[in-house]
Amino acid sequence: MNLDFQALDLSRTCDLLVALAPELALTLAALVVLLVVAWRHRTLEDVRLAGWLTLAGLGAAGFAAWFLWWNGARAAGIPAMIAVDDFRLVADWLFLGTAALTVLVSFDYLAREELWVPEYFALLLFATLGMMLMAGAEDLMVLFLGLELMSIALYVLAGSSRRSASGAEAALKYFLLGAFASGFLLYGIALVYGATATTNLTLIGVQVVTLGLQHSTMLLIGLGLLLVGFGFKVAAVPFHMWAPDVYDGSPTPITGYMATAVKAAAFAALFRVLGESFAAVPAWHAIVWWLAVATMVVGNLVALAQRTLKRMLAYSSIAHAGYLLVAVATGTGAGAAAFLFYLVAYTLMTLAAFALLAAKGTNGERDVRIDDLAGLAQRRPWLALALAVCMLSLLGIPGTAGFIGKWYILVAATASGQGLLAAILVLASVISAGYYLPVIMAMYMQPEPSAEAHAGMRLGRLGSAVVAAAVAGLLFFGVRPNRLLDIARVSGASVRAAPAVSSDVTPAPLREPTGR
Amino acid sequence: MTQPYLAFLLLLAFVAFNAALLIGLSHLVAPRKPTVVKDAPYESGMPPLGNAHDRFSVKFYLVAMLFIVFDLETVFLIPWGAIYFGRGGQGGPGMGFLLVEMLVFMLILAVGYVYVWKRGALQWD
Repeated sequence: MNLDFQALDLSRTCDLLVALAPELALTLAALVVLLVVAWRHRTLEDVRLAGWLTLAGLGAAGFAAWFLWWNGARAAGIPAMIAVDDFRLVADWLFLGTAALTVLVSFDYLAREELWVPEYFALLLFATLGMMLMAGAEDLMVLFLGLELMSIALYVLAGSSRRSASGAEAALKYFLLGAFASGFLLYGIALVYGATATTNLTLIGVQVVTLGLQHSTMLLIGLGLLLVGFGFKVAAVPFHMWAPDVYDGSPTPITGYMATAVKAAAFAALFRVLGESFAAVPAWHAIVWWLAVATMVVGNLVALAQRTLKRMLAYSSIAHAGYLLVAVATGTGAGAAAFLFYLVAYTLMTLAAFALLAAKGTNGERDVRIDDLAGLAQRRPWLALALAVCMLSLLGIPGTAGFIGKWYILVAATASGQGLLAAILVLASVISAGYYLPVIMAMYMQPEPSAEAHAGMRLGRLGSAVVAAAVAGLLFFGVRPNRLLDIARVSGASVRAAPAVSSDVTPAPLREPTGR
Repeated sequence: MTQPYLAFLLLLAFVAFNAALLIGLSHLVAPRKPTVVKDAPYESGMPPLGNAHDRFSVKFYLVAMLFIVFDLETVFLIPWGAIYFGRGGQGGPGMGFLLVEMLVFMLILAVGYVYVWKRGALQWD
């Protein structure tokens, strides 16, 4: 067995297994958890057992991804089906980390809400596996399979609180609209295949250039439908209608997971598709530009009107999808680095905010108003401080990772000549102060309504550790972003279209229709 | 065969002929002793009249869902079999790899089956 990590030959079984090691480890873990909960699914102990097994599986997959990354794994030639590059492995790490933090927060949450559903963890593993396939997909069919694996697990997770009517509503809405979005995506894939005769992302890019398909109607309609499908998944305006209700009705740890990992996965896949297949097609720049503007403006303005914390965070996550779209719209290497960096920062701050919200309320936390946080700083100074840091980072105050991320997006946008987009981003961020700062004001500047107001707020040891780690990460990357930024830069650069004229690229010939 | 669709047309014609033959024969040959019950439309043993907006037990959906999953499993076996016995070993991945691949697929489905079984989804009561 002679493995060359820098040139894995994916047509050889052994090399393929190595390239897929993180996914395989996670699949195995998910199956083990599923088998264990088939026998043990009644008590709190069973839930905990499933949770720890899940963490072990995530750890194993994370180790495999790290091992590949450490050895600088690359595929030789044009990869079929699955990409082996830094972008995929770094995205894998993001998904696995988010899933692990979600599991840790979920322990306390499931116990408090008396949700004895250990399947929760198996579904979380399957969803994470789907995300990893999405980020690594080098073929539109693999991408679609990953998307479905992720989405179907999430439809169930959204409704995992079976006694709650809003949970059922969230699951049904998510399922119906998600299935609709998958349909758009699949139709887009079909049209792109019709125009280029291949579903391989790199070969699509090659076909577009060699056959001069930049203005082919079929390809453009296919691209448009793909963007609609991705727009649904990342909750970009005008495809965001489902997001507030679904985020609102789902169990809060799952809301955090959906707002971060799911969005990150859809963005990673979108980024790869645009970068590898449609780099030569100028049409998408305008579409993504308008999506970004609409998402930033609508997300921020509607968030201003929200009174409950959970809905406010839901709209805030829509607004942040707009910021990420700005990074995508630049279409440059600097944009890619900013995109990955912001994705990490956004994940940390949003996860921590939802974890704190999960500690505050009961019964799905739908009724926690911003005013309910009044006086939290006197009663629970550490929790208030953590939430304040999250809000400041979401707002983009210097010293936090949120600021650095936004800063690099702005730099990338202006450098690529998107000055107007950068200006709109800054204005949108100013608007967002109107709903992030009241949270801090309530906690620090308003008196506690009664001595019992925050008595029910409880964050277990694991939850505290998660929040502490996330906040520490936000502050650390806000002060010393260099290392993370370097990783983001290298990873972002690993997604690119194949050179137009290359000896080892042989585009598939467009076949004539077979009818005679 | 010069016309690739000729076989298909022949099949269509045969199907139509076959259906007409069977229905026609049963009309000609079968004894006819109609009663009210026999003339009623067949509804799987249910009374054929009533409100269409009746509420069905959710168990029906569960069974239908599980049926689709394991039904599709069988569908996937057919193209695999065609490839395995048709052109396995002639370039591409070897026979052993194809076999193991399908066994892994079956194993994953078997895990799902065990889960469904142990969780009691196959029990009607």
